[in-house]
Amino acid sequence: MLRYFFKRLTSLIVSLAIASLVIFLVVEVAPGDPASYMLGINAQPDTVAALRAELGLDVPKWQRFLAWAGGMVTGDFGTSYTYRTSVSQMVADRLWVSLPLALYALTLSTLIAFPAGIYAAARRGKAGDLAVMGATQLGVAIPNFWFAMMLVLVFAINLRWFNAGGFPGWEGGLLPGLKALTLPAIALALPQAAILARVMRSSLLDILGEDFMRTARAKGLSYRQALWKHGVRNALIPVLTIIGLQFSFLLAGAIIIEQVFYLPGLGRLIFQSIGQRDLIVVESVVMLLVFAVIVVNFLVDLAYAIVDPRLRARA
Amino acid sequence: MTVFSDPKYPGEREGQSPSHRSDRANDPKPLLDIQNLSVAIHGKPILKGISLTIGMGEIVAITGESGSGKSMTALATIGLLPHGSDASGCLSCNQDDLLTLTEPQLCKLRGNEIGMVFQEPMTALNPVQSIGDQVAETILIHTNTPRAEAFKRAAEVLTRVGLPQDRFPLSRYPHELSGGQRQRVVIAMAIALRPKLLIADEPTTALDVTTQAQILDLLQKLVREDGMGLMMITHDLAVVSDMADRIVVMRHGEIVEQGPTRALFANMQHPYTRALFEASRHQAALEDKPGGSALLEVRSACRDYRTPRKTLFGPQGSFRAVDDVSFTINKGERVGLVGESGCGKSTLTRAILGLEPLQSGAILLDGQPVFTHGNTNLDVRRKMQVVFQDPYGSFNPRHKVERLITEPFHLLPDPPIGTKRREAVAEALTAVGLHPDDAGKYIHAFSGGQRQRIAIARALIIRPELIVFDEAVSALDVRVRAQILDLMADLSRDYGLTYLFISHDLSVVRSITDKVMVMESGRIIEQGPTASVFDNPSEWYTKSLLEAAPTLPPATGGGDHAADPTL
Amino acid sequence: MKPSLILGLALSALFLLAALLSYLWTPYAIDTMAIADRLKPPSMAHPFGTDHFGRDMLSMIMVGARTSIAVALVAVGIGMGLGVPLGLAAAARKGSLLDEVIMRGNDLVFAFPSLVIAILITAIFGPGAVNAIIAIGIFNIPVFARLTRGAALSLWQREFIMAARVSGKSAARISAEHILPNIANLLIVQGTIQFSLGILAEAGLSYVGLGAQPPIPSWGRMLADAQTMVALAPHVALVPGLTIVAMVLGLNLLGDGLRDWLDPRLRVLRT
Repeated sequence: MLRYFFKRLTSLIVSLAIASLVIFLVVEVAPGDPASYMLGINAQPDTVAALRAELGLDVPKWQRFLAWAGGMVTGDFGTSYTYRTSVSQMVADRLWVSLPLALYALTLSTLIAFPAGIYAAARRGKAGDLAVMGATQLGVAIPNFWFAMMLVLVFAINLRWFNAGGFPGWEGGLLPGLKALTLPAIALALPQAAILARVMRSSLLDILGEDFMRTARAKGLSYRQALWKHGVRNALIPVLTIIGLQFSFLLAGAIIIEQVFYLPGLGRLIFQSIGQRDLIVVESVVMLLVFAVIVVNFLVDLAYAIVDPRLRARA
Repeated sequence: MTVFSDPKYPGEREGQSPSHRSDRANDPKPLLDIQNLSVAIHGKPILKGISLTIGMGEIVAITGESGSGKSMTALATIGLLPHGSDASGCLSCNQDDLLTLTEPQLCKLRGNEIGMVFQEPMTALNPVQSIGDQVAETILIHTNTPRAEAFKRAAEVLTRVGLPQDRFPLSRYPHELSGGQRQRVVIAMAIALRPKLLIADEPTTALDVTTQAQILDLLQKLVREDGMGLMMITHDLAVVSDMADRIVVMRHGEIVEQGPTRALFANMQHPYTRALFEASRHQAALEDKPGGSALLEVRSACRDYRTPRKTLFGPQGSFRAVDDVSFTINKGERVGLVGESGCGKSTLTRAILGLEPLQSGAILLDGQPVFTHGNTNLDVRRKMQVVFQDPYGSFNPRHKVERLITEPFHLLPDPPIGTKRREAVAEALTAVGLHPDDAGKYIHAFSGGQRQRIAIARALIIRPELIVFDEAVSALDVRVRAQILDLMADLSRDYGLTYLFISHDLSVVRSITDKVMVMESGRIIEQGPTASVFDNPSEWYTKSLLEAAPTLPPATGGGDHAADPTL
Repeated sequence: MKPSLILGLALSALFLLAALLSYLWTPYAIDTMAIADRLKPPSMAHPFGTDHFGRDMLSMIMVGARTSIAVALVAVGIGMGLGVPLGLAAAARKGSLLDEVIMRGNDLVFAFPSLVIAILITAIFGPGAVNAIIAIGIFNIPVFARLTRGAALSLWQREFIMAARVSGKSAARISAEHILPNIANLLIVQGTIQFSLGILAEAGLSYVGLGAQPPIPSWGRMLADAQTMVALAPHVALVPGLTIVAMVLGLNLLGDGLRDWLDPRLRVLRT
């Protein structure tokens, strides 16, 4: 088990190192010099040079990469070119919106998908199964940002149960914050829940064909008992993979959903920074998102080992 | 309702459980009584009015070729027929008519009154649950036993099937056990509540011969101790010949013959039964051939596999699958290579075929190395062809027979074209007993036996010197197997072929080879003329293999094969 | 054929035909504005209503279908064109350095939240259809590479591949002759699914202003324009949204239907 953990941990660190290099390279080849952009087109060349020096843009690229990556390890993301404030602080503020939103959505999606998928598998081919599958077919096809607009139209504009957008912050208490995130979370979660429910169902149905399910039936378990006691845990293995991948979709999806609901999250920060050529903020936010995805996949790998004893022994 | 007793006292059960078992001690009514049972799946008849009985403590073997309906009989008895099945007739076990019971009633019966053991132990256990959990589950779902008590009993049952707690604690997972050990766990689950009827569907088919013997012994012991009835499904007559009290022979969903084992063997009424029996002990007529010059030489061959690191930065381990193997096959010889699974025979075969490189040593065909500088040598390879085990997996389903069997032409510097090509195809198909017109068909139009013929045609078409048969008849029914063995013998005579015959099945090797090699743990431990190795093995391991191999009783009424002087 | 496959085929064909037809004819020209007719709900004259410039929404949807289909199709082409050969190569040399590099590269691309990188690429290299295609296409590569490798690996274990190897055929030739035809069904099905995901991704990018630029119409930007007007005239949001749903639904039904129809195992069960 410990060996498995360290092996995964090593691959996590390697992935992060390579990812940081890729992000740095992509952003660095971007056209447009932040210093000249900030000073406007009429700026004198020596003023631009001075600003470049001040921002640390005059040193060779590899040095800047090392400085940036090294800073990341210690939690120092550098200073924003535009706002001259700590990037770490900017990111942390926004993270308090984006992360709860993604987790909220993931929770909703799992809570909807598991029962739906298991229910559909247990009633394979019957009316209940067809209804759930039809609904998921539709759910997969709906663009989440459009769904968000529809939610706003119905629940904010017509019914006035929720605000159409904005975020009050967590200072006012947990509930107002959660309330503001509810419509965005639903918009994010439902299409993902549809995918997850389909995976849960098909993975369960695959398991139903396994020999050990027949053994379980021969022991005297009913179809449903066998499904619950032997099917679900085995079916979790592929489902976990999808949950891991979904986290990345949710984070990315949140960027667009934040636009619909005017939420001050990482998504708005990234658009703002791209517009202002605030490259260091862009790099940091993207790196943070990649970090989140890699860490979640690491956790999924650990969860595999809990679910599947064969993995504990291997590796 | 179930009472647990010490397994050491077989007769105790009746005394402790007066409910209905003791009543039946004087009751002539059989435990399982199947009368005129018919089963159709989606309207297609699978079982056609079969009748048979199994009494307490009786072992009844149901045998037949694939498609005979023997497994369906087992599934019907435990009420687990596939969806869309329709059963009629009378199937009563212990006075319950199983066909009229509701699903919840059947659930109460399964695992409690009727236990079942399946063919494939590698997949029959839930991989994410410990064996203790899985055995205790049988107890927990049928009785109100507290968990701790159920696990204690599970431990007792596992000990009883030969998995003592000091070596196989309840916390073990299936992947930590071998196939034979897993089959013991499946048996433990099936007998945990001492069912009255145990159904075993090909319980040893997936196991090695020595393991098979142990599992058969175990099943016999359990039946005798508990007084269970045992329905034993098998395709292999030899497996049941010295174990079953009675034998039921099935074909096409019907029972062709049944009777007490000894009487049935002594006096086979139905021609099909005789045909099965003959085929099971079939001896291909091999011509004596003078051994020619050396064709295949294997010199100190070693093949290692890397195993995962034990520690994070530790050295990579390695496993030696083939360990310093040397032998020579002369032109015209038919040589068998036998051994149990994991002994390295598959790896050695792949190395000979040039599919895997060796770490050290050399493999020479006609004096030339099979491998040169990491590349396979085409000049050498065209002298050698292979026939694989699986008649269904060894052809690309998208190609027609002509394209399939001409694939080895790729090895020739100037492959025949046009008329010559068609002639070659026709000749190869004719040689294996098929029709030249079959060249235009797709592979799914052929049965398993015909596919093996096509596989042999493919091997034959470039006129190789050596043909490697890798378990080539293991997946075939006995009668088809006998025909294919005869074909092999004929071809060896007509084309002067040399054979390397890899198999786990000793009887097959005995019938088609004149030399044999026995492999164990990557080494060849014994080799020599087939007859002398089989009749007079010098190694303990060879001896144990031969002893474990099930054999049919000698044929009565002038069975000429038994007296074959070449054996 | 199952009804769901027919529905999927019909919906997909409908949008393809609408896109093709738009080159020849649309009910109205999409570059003429009629402020007097703005935000009209659906009527006989304008079956899908008009937008905030008074343009006919049906015509916009038809022309927008071109963008969506072109972007998604080319992105699938990139994914298949690069991913399938990579997957075949990795499977043919399993465990080699090549395999290792391809698979680790795949993992790395999977680690990036795809939409974030698409946003990054289009933002840095400028918004537009071509950059959207590249951004979506890059993420299709590992999908196809992984699928191909997995399916090919199991085929490499099959005895008919061994027989081909014993016949001295090279790995490349076996991949082309035996492996590829046997995984083609799988690739077609996955291609359909990636196509539908591409439509969704393109809509998302256009919505945030990073997809096709004006005056080229696109479904996503129609939704972005609709956002401030949704309370006044819900149809401006409903029409493009339902169009996307219908197109994606059609493709998904097509993919599922094809999978069942092409899978020989399932076909045996059906007969």
